Amino acid sequence: MPLLELRDVEARYGEIRALHGVTLSVAEGDFVAILGANGAGKTTALRAISGTVKTSGDVLYDGHKIFRRTPESMARRGVAHVPEGRGTFMTLSVLDNLRIGAWVRRGTSPRDLANVFEFFPRLYERRDQQAGTLSGGEQQMLALGRAMMAKPRLLLLDEPSLGLAPLVVREIFATLGRMNESGTTIVVVEQNATLALRAAKHAFLLEAGRVVLGGVASDLQANESVRRSYLGY
Amino acid sequence: MANFLQQVVSGLASGGIYGSLALAIVLIHRATGVLNFAQGEMATLSAFVCWTLIDHGWAFWPAFGATIVLSFAGGVALQRTVIRPIQGGPLLGVVILTIGLLIAINGLDTWIWGGAAKQFHGPFSTAPINVAGVAFSKQDIGVIAISILAVVLIGLLFAKTKLGLGLRAAATNPDEARLAGVCVPAMLALGWGLAAVLGAVAGVMAAPSLFLEPNMMRTVLLYAFAAAVLGGMDSPIGAVIGGLVLGVLLNLVGTYVHWIGGELRLAVALAVILSVLLVRPAGLFGQTAVRRV
Amino acid sequence: MKRSRFSARLIAFTLAVVVLIGLPFVLSEFRTVQLATVGAYFIAILGLDVLTGHSGQISLGHGAFMAVGAYTTAILMSNHGVRDLWTIPIAAGVAGAIGLAAGIPALRLSGLYLALATFGIAVVLPTILKKFDHFTGGSTGITLFGKPTETGQGQGVWRLSNNQWLYALTWTIGAALFLLVRWMLDSRFGRSLRAVRDSELAAAASGVNRALYKVAAFGVSAAFAGVAGSLFAINTAYVSPDSFPIQLSLYLLVGAVVGFFGSIWGAALGALLILFLPDMVGLVPHVDTKQAGPTTFFFGAILVALMLLLPIVLRAGTALANRGYSRPQ
Repeated sequence: MPLLELRDVEARYGEIRALHGVTLSVAEGDFVAILGANGAGKTTALRAISGTVKTSGDVLYDGHKIFRRTPESMARRGVAHVPEGRGTFMTLSVLDNLRIGAWVRRGTSPRDLANVFEFFPRLYERRDQQAGTLSGGEQQMLALGRAMMAKPRLLLLDEPSLGLAPLVVREIFATLGRMNESGTTIVVVEQNATLALRAAKHAFLLEAGRVVLGGVASDLQANESVRRSYLGY
Repeated sequence: MANFLQQVVSGLASGGIYGSLALAIVLIHRATGVLNFAQGEMATLSAFVCWTLIDHGWAFWPAFGATIVLSFAGGVALQRTVIRPIQGGPLLGVVILTIGLLIAINGLDTWIWGGAAKQFHGPFSTAPINVAGVAFSKQDIGVIAISILAVVLIGLLFAKTKLGLGLRAAATNPDEARLAGVCVPAMLALGWGLAAVLGAVAGVMAAPSLFLEPNMMRTVLLYAFAAAVLGGMDSPIGAVIGGLVLGVLLNLVGTYVHWIGGELRLAVALAVILSVLLVRPAGLFGQTAVRRV
Repeated sequence: MKRSRFSARLIAFTLAVVVLIGLPFVLSEFRTVQLATVGAYFIAILGLDVLTGHSGQISLGHGAFMAVGAYTTAILMSNHGVRDLWTIPIAAGVAGAIGLAAGIPALRLSGLYLALATFGIAVVLPTILKKFDHFTGGSTGITLFGKPTETGQGQGVWRLSNNQWLYALTWTIGAALFLLVRWMLDSRFGRSLRAVRDSELAAAASGVNRALYKVAAFGVSAAFAGVAGSLFAINTAYVSPDSFPIQLSLYLLVGAVVGFFGSIWGAALGALLILFLPDMVGLVPHVDTKQAGPTTFFFGAILVALMLLLPIVLRAGTALANRGYSRPQ
């Protein structure tokens, strides 16, 4: 039984339909990449899962249909959504940002914090600083750290590589890999297809709000049209 | 010199009241961007409630405690009933609604308790206390103590508790807070409740010296706005310090600048508001926000 | 403007004029004077509409501009023996000038802070009026009984009583200003105002000098309030600092909101509300109209209810607030 399933999900922003019937499934422990050009609906797909946007069609989590998805309730179900732009609490300290991540869990144990700081020593250095003063890369780490504090079953990330230096991006994906190894299911939306396909196990390709291709990541990597349109060779 | 010190202390006492109310205003502004014009009237209502309990035989401190609880509930109820429905819309709409609340609560006070001023016996005696040969009012010292206590407690709530973290997160970035699982609407309601509590403190502390009547807090509201603006509309510390500074400033200016005397205190407060808004909108402690077009 | 819409408006206006002319002959003297006061409020609310409804700037202090007009009239009449009629344009000019001057710093303040600033001015105004007592007569105010006054009494064809003259004066000016506002809002001035209100960015992009229009709106709006204050003073023959408390400014705002910010017929409705709410409240059982409490409460409750209903109303008919005005393309 897959952890997450979308069946014919549609979503609209006012008059504009962003998802035209998306069907995909994600097994527990999987690392999935959602690819596509700008405006293909990738961000909306994540929003549909976390309940940030209204949808029709079915979203099944842990085998159950979830009708009234709100961000708060999905967070309580163990879904962590790191939106595009990282969602940093700018005026709160780094430490407070991390503590918020653990909101849905009983309390913040020092060990959880230590764990995050182990992954991201730079955050420890800046723990009392206002989060708004951090660089883009550090804020992305902070966002990941917040997600880690939640110990989610399902981690959704929207464009984690956006605006970051390659070195930083590699660090981030390495961290994602380790999180995946310790059991977190990961769904990553990425415009940088090369990067995503290298890190992920499975992938889906969205075009104009529909899934046009899906399967093992390496297969998509080898796919002719994918290579030409998204991988650049 | 003795007179100077007395003016400073009594200025700090009024400043404590201004600061409490200013903190209430800043709390709500930080969380929702709304200026709650009804904050003063809510405080007056709290003071009337306290007076009624005392009038029915309650001792002061239990009455005060009950008032705090009722004010908290009232603030939460107010947010949930009339503010929440239009919170998503234009700010000015909500602000105008708070003006409606100002008028309505003022009318309600008059309707229930009448327009005549009532004597409010506070917990502190008005007898003077001698410190180093200078006579200070026990009431002033008491008001300063209670105001600071209230402000510190609320501050600790925000800074040190999980709930406070949730409140701050909801105020800073409501969308992201929801993703983290924070029930933002509940946080906003709580914020209003806490603001109402601060207002209650301000109102009850003000009642003994200002005489309890429906318009009691009308001028205090303006002073509180001046304090909040001076301190920086989004800075809680600024609101409190702004209040204290303003209280002392008004007293000293009123005493030593004869032309202004007691009558133009309000005008000084207005001057503070206008000059800060036009010259340095961020106030003393606020952060310069991006100028809206 | 479409031909049909124009004629519809013309008919409505003519009807209103006919009713207005007829009323004093039907109603008692007391009611006539009341309606004269309604007229003054109507003019003030018209001005507030121009500012808030059409240029998007809020003022919680229009009572202050009314006070300026009222005191101008009072001082001119009592100290300088100027005839009441001539004081009205002067009052308009003084208030308008102050409005223009106020409009400039107002540019720097966003909506919320402008509300705060104007609120502060309105709260402080009575104090300042009392302080400068050699000029304003202080707390005792200025009485205008027996000053060079009415011209209409018994003159000419119409034998109007004092009250009827006041009524005629107020509503003639009111009707004239109504037409003026209508013309202004239909003209380029009005369109530019609404462009500024709806989107400062877009207005700037389309070349409208936002600052100019916003300041102009302030000035016009203040001038209207000045006229209202002047008429108020002439009507009541007495001004004092306590005639202009913060409540006045707030009630004007209520009146403007009743007009849904921009429908100028609503301004009349708002003005009626301000004056007659006490009587209406009296219809509620167990409520003593002599008490100020219930009336004030219901004023506030109405404003709250209106603000809660407004989004619903606006969503149902965006045309309501912009009746007949097409949005700039």
